[in-house]
Amino acid sequence: MESSEIETIINQYNGKESAILAILQDIQGKEKYLPKEILEQVAQKMQIPMTHIFRLATFYNALSIKPRGKHKVDVCLGTACHVRGGNKIIDKLERDLSISVGETTKDKRFTLESVRCVGCCSLGPVAVIDGHVYGRLTQDRIPALLKEFK
Amino acid sequence: MKIQTKADLEKIKEKGLESLYPKAIKVSVGMATCGLSTGAGKVYEVLQNGVEKAKLPILLGQTGCIGFCQKEPVVDIFEPGKPRIFYQGVTPERSMELVEIWFDNKVVEDLLLCKMEREDWIVEGVVKDYSLHHLLDGMDGTPHYHQVPFYSKQFKIALRNCGFINPDLIDEYIARGGYFSLYKALLSMKPEEIIEEIKRSGLRGRGGAGFFTGNKWESCRRSKGDRKFVLCNADEGDPGAYMDRSVLEGDPHSVIEGMIIGAYAIGAHEGFIYVRDEYPLAIQKLRIAIHQAEEAGLLGENILGSGFSFHVDLFRGGGAFVCGESTALMASIEGKVGEPRAKHIHTTESGLWDKPSNLNNVETWNNVPVILGRGAEWYSKIGTEGSKGTKVFSVVGKVNNTGLVEVPMGITLREIVYDVGGGIPDGKKFKAVQTGGPSGGCIPESLIDLPVDFDRLTEAGSMMGSGGMIIMDESTCMVDIAKYFMGFLKDESCGKCTSCREGTKRMYEILCEISEGRGKLEDLALLEELGWVTMEASLCQLGGTAPNPVLSTIRYFRKEYEEHIVNKRCPAKVCRALLQYRILSDVCTSCGRCAKVCPAKAIKGKQRTKKEKGKPFEIDTKKCIKCGMCFEACKFEAVEVE
Repeated sequence: MESSEIETIINQYNGKESAILAILQDIQGKEKYLPKEILEQVAQKMQIPMTHIFRLATFYNALSIKPRGKHKVDVCLGTACHVRGGNKIIDKLERDLSISVGETTKDKRFTLESVRCVGCCSLGPVAVIDGHVYGRLTQDRIPALLKEFK
Repeated sequence: MKIQTKADLEKIKEKGLESLYPKAIKVSVGMATCGLSTGAGKVYEVLQNGVEKAKLPILLGQTGCIGFCQKEPVVDIFEPGKPRIFYQGVTPERSMELVEIWFDNKVVEDLLLCKMEREDWIVEGVVKDYSLHHLLDGMDGTPHYHQVPFYSKQFKIALRNCGFINPDLIDEYIARGGYFSLYKALLSMKPEEIIEEIKRSGLRGRGGAGFFTGNKWESCRRSKGDRKFVLCNADEGDPGAYMDRSVLEGDPHSVIEGMIIGAYAIGAHEGFIYVRDEYPLAIQKLRIAIHQAEEAGLLGENILGSGFSFHVDLFRGGGAFVCGESTALMASIEGKVGEPRAKHIHTTESGLWDKPSNLNNVETWNNVPVILGRGAEWYSKIGTEGSKGTKVFSVVGKVNNTGLVEVPMGITLREIVYDVGGGIPDGKKFKAVQTGGPSGGCIPESLIDLPVDFDRLTEAGSMMGSGGMIIMDESTCMVDIAKYFMGFLKDESCGKCTSCREGTKRMYEILCEISEGRGKLEDLALLEELGWVTMEASLCQLGGTAPNPVLSTIRYFRKEYEEHIVNKRCPAKVCRALLQYRILSDVCTSCGRCAKVCPAKAIKGKQRTKKEKGKPFEIDTKKCIKCGMCFEACKFEAVEVE
């Protein structure tokens, strides 16, 4: 991300310090995570201490300072999905992708994460891949689903 | 066009009515998140292409969710003079069939959900009759909307428009009585009168604590300060509760209207809606709605020519559960880390940027226009002595009918589980219902006749919370549920108070030990002690209620804990470390499916062929990772879990 792009994002919010969360979310929307160099530039441009930005970036679950893969797989572990076997979906994905929750595959294709409730409780267990919600999942549906995301 | 007079509002209402009840055939697809996740987007696309290609005289529309999420995608067809028909489980392949057969005056019988001959316009108290003069063939056995068990006991105030209007069209909201209450409030009522009306209605906050809304508004109005804020809590974090998502996706203007009325009553000119990051569609719909309201002069300067001004901004949360707590939410809007503070001084006195701030949740704001439209008298007749009105519950988990259910307060759990929910699937036994999210508790079968309201649920050791109702059957392990919630709370504790940060972690560790067969009987007393300390010594309600799932399960299901500890058995067959899978040799047909799906290659046997009988399969318990794939794969119930 170019320095000018960062400035455009900051200016959208008139450089307001209170908009820092929104600014970080917009940056992450483009970069998929928050690279250190960009955070340093944000800190400098907005005159906010790096420690504060780092604290925000590690406090909010939506933000990540670790690089993420091309596709983001979020498995819902809300209560309804939990009682309907959301954990088994995670186990299956962990086995098929050979990674643990929070990790990215070696080929950088997938990042596997869990979320606590996407509000689709009637259709549990649910997973969200790149923003698309998939309901009523079973372990044997996983391989075909992953193939859709090259 | 800026709306300035009542005539302007009436004019838009006319336009909206034409769009809601056109003179032509209108096909609407439910396209909230639940619909989209089951393919409603594709259904809409197929319909659009099909109608265009065949040049059919049909209007296509979109709505939010009508509540019966399990039956999605739901499609409805409206034609003047005919009953409105709702279809369920519509696939892209079959969607054109609904339209084509309609021209033959017929319906697709196997996809019918219900028919509707009139609908309630709750804000105005009018029943809109479709004045039928046409009947459709093949409809004799089709139930009316209110005859469908799922809808039979429902009374929709909060969900009044969901599934009926297009959330992107302000005209359709206005057509069903929207913004008329705002007009009444701004042009004919004093702020004090509005507060009095809300107080008399008995409305209590729908977000969890159940504080009286009118009293909150009053104390914020009385607080000194020239700058005040009105906030909407749409950080619906309780796992298992999603009514706010549905309202925002299906009827966003209802929340905005409620907030403007509240702002006027309180004397605030600025507001924020704090929405969860996990709800992208709700954010999108709200953005559109705010923009439309601004264009129509319902937000901004000199609203409806009354001289009152109010601006509202949307704030996207960062995915932190604790930000649903009022002070943490406000810190988050200020650009700080979302940590709560002690509330020696109420936020109505000193909240956002130390200014008086009034925070209510989505469902609370959404109720306000109806109360002003129908009056406190009418509203307070619904519900129980201490809990007025209706409440939306998300009835999910191990129950036949899942979805959003809006019922009058005071209905019993039994009615919700069995009448509305249709009972437990697969002939299993009801065990408990979990209410109130991670702050709530599990209510056992012995209390199933409990009337549901704020106070009775608290007495039972749970709470109303935001209305999640997770039904559990005999195959749900209560130790596992307690462990699940404690794992959630340990992760979501912001870490400010030692009691919460460490307490949740220690309780989680003990619960893990128990679920893995290493628990001791004295652990139960220790859990209770830790629970009380966490409750007493934490600043906010996250820690203050964190032990509820543990304490309530110990209170009602102590035997199940003891079974794990003493006999190292999980009666519900959930706790993996205590399970063992085996294949019943006399049931096994040697089909070999289990061996094929086993990821650990732990199943051996000889597959039968046309010539040979084969040998029953066996599981090597040393290699078995207890994933349950064989159990799911076996069609003959030959895999047993012990």
